[in-house]
Amino acid sequence: MQFLSYLINGLGLGSVYAIIALGYTMVYGIAKMLNFAHGDVIMIGAYIAFFALARFGFPFPVAVLLAMLVCTTLGVVIERLAYKPLRQATSLSVLITAIGVSYFLQNGAQILWSSSSKVFPSVISAGSIHLGSASVSYLTILTILTCIVVMICLTLFINKTKTGSAMRACSEDKGASMLMGINVNRIISITFAIGSGLAAIASVLLASTYPSVYPTMGSMPGIKAFTAAVFGGIGSIPGAFVGGLILGIIEIFAKAYISTQLSDAIVFAVLIIILLIKPTGLLGKKINVKV
Amino acid sequence: MLKVTDLKVKYGMIEAIKGISFEVRDGEIVTMIGANGAGKTTTMHAISGLVKAAEGSIMLDGTELTKTAPHKIVSMGLAQVPEGRRVFAQQTVEENLNLGAYLRKDKDGIANDMEEVFQLFPRLKERRTQLAGTLSGGEQQMLAMGRALMAKPSILLMDEPSMGLSPLLVSEIFRIIREINDKGTTILLVEQNAKRALAIADRAYVLETGKITLEGSGEELANDERVQKAYLGG
Repeated sequence: MQFLSYLINGLGLGSVYAIIALGYTMVYGIAKMLNFAHGDVIMIGAYIAFFALARFGFPFPVAVLLAMLVCTTLGVVIERLAYKPLRQATSLSVLITAIGVSYFLQNGAQILWSSSSKVFPSVISAGSIHLGSASVSYLTILTILTCIVVMICLTLFINKTKTGSAMRACSEDKGASMLMGINVNRIISITFAIGSGLAAIASVLLASTYPSVYPTMGSMPGIKAFTAAVFGGIGSIPGAFVGGLILGIIEIFAKAYISTQLSDAIVFAVLIIILLIKPTGLLGKKINVKV
Repeated sequence: MLKVTDLKVKYGMIEAIKGISFEVRDGEIVTMIGANGAGKTTTMHAISGLVKAAEGSIMLDGTELTKTAPHKIVSMGLAQVPEGRRVFAQQTVEENLNLGAYLRKDKDGIANDMEEVFQLFPRLKERRTQLAGTLSGGEQQMLAMGRALMAKPSILLMDEPSMGLSPLLVSEIFRIIREINDKGTTILLVEQNAKRALAIADRAYVLETGKITLEGSGEELANDERVQKAYLGG
């Protein structure tokens, strides 16, 4: 039963994409910008976890928390320094700045830690469980569970808390939100903080699955997760979840049944087809133009 | 209470407000009438801090609002019912009302005020769990007013509350504006429906292409020949 194990591995990879995609989609929903430096925040998170584990011998949970702390701070600082001054600028200027921040982080990492890759220690026990004839590693199970927990917590936060309600308000109408007394800049900071904290979680899962850490490691997962966010409907949180999972499954199936080299091309081809049929993505909202 | 002096607002090179001065005293209903594009909404946005003043001053109880962040202005007791209602369509009636009380911490007070809003607008109570986007235009206007009242403002700015409503609803809205004022809230009302607005206003201003051209009591302006010609179809 190869099919089942491919499916579960696809869900595992898709879970990582989904967690990263949440960062893209939340920032887009509230700040209306594409934060192309998001993938590189993952890379920084992976380095932090690597040093915490391999150099300082911290226990795994401490390493994860440390990575989250650094990434959250980094996300907020990037927003303050690079994006906030451009609040009134055209979206093209913001996009170019985001790409600039991405290169800055990659090259900064290269200067600090060299371009050669480092081997991420395997912390999660290499064992696996058997489901019928399919075997699934503990890491894959942990990844899927993490994604589910993240989704539940985030959905509750967005829908049930006052800050969550303010975030939804800002995504709909910033001017009206200001009239409610909502500090929109603070809400944008919180959004970047949450997205970057999630990127740190993704970085540890990613580096445990593909155990090498190097300055450009965030690019490809970043682009794939961005694709997942667009695929599911950018701005939609359930969309990022569904988009991430489907993308992961397509990628693993394409690798298993068609071709390893072509798997990325197939993933992007599917994206193009979906967007041709449904331009707002799977769960994207219809854009209503009201007169 | 609110005193605007030589206010100028520019959009790029275009001067939308060309140096206006007016004031709203404690307990009054003051109305500003004028045609489309006269600068009424721009003035309202400048007071709430949504657009920056190029020159001049806006004082609320001795604090300069042109240098104050929009959310701080709300915390000083100034709320606004914006033009076009701008309710949060994807959130329920109740969530919208709670957003109106965003800066308040007094849970009991918020619950009390929500009951008061429901007394003022019983329709909102029936629809409290419904998404605001599914309400009719009149109901959305009621929600926008209720939402602003949830901030417990001492001064309420209202931008075209009667726009697009049926005559029956317009009467209802103006009756409620009176009632809100009677309960002690100062009101600055911007309207195209000059007749109705002048009828309830203590004092009024006429705004024409970014300048105030006339001012007086509501009654004086309602009887003014120029106002009758330009705004009352007389």
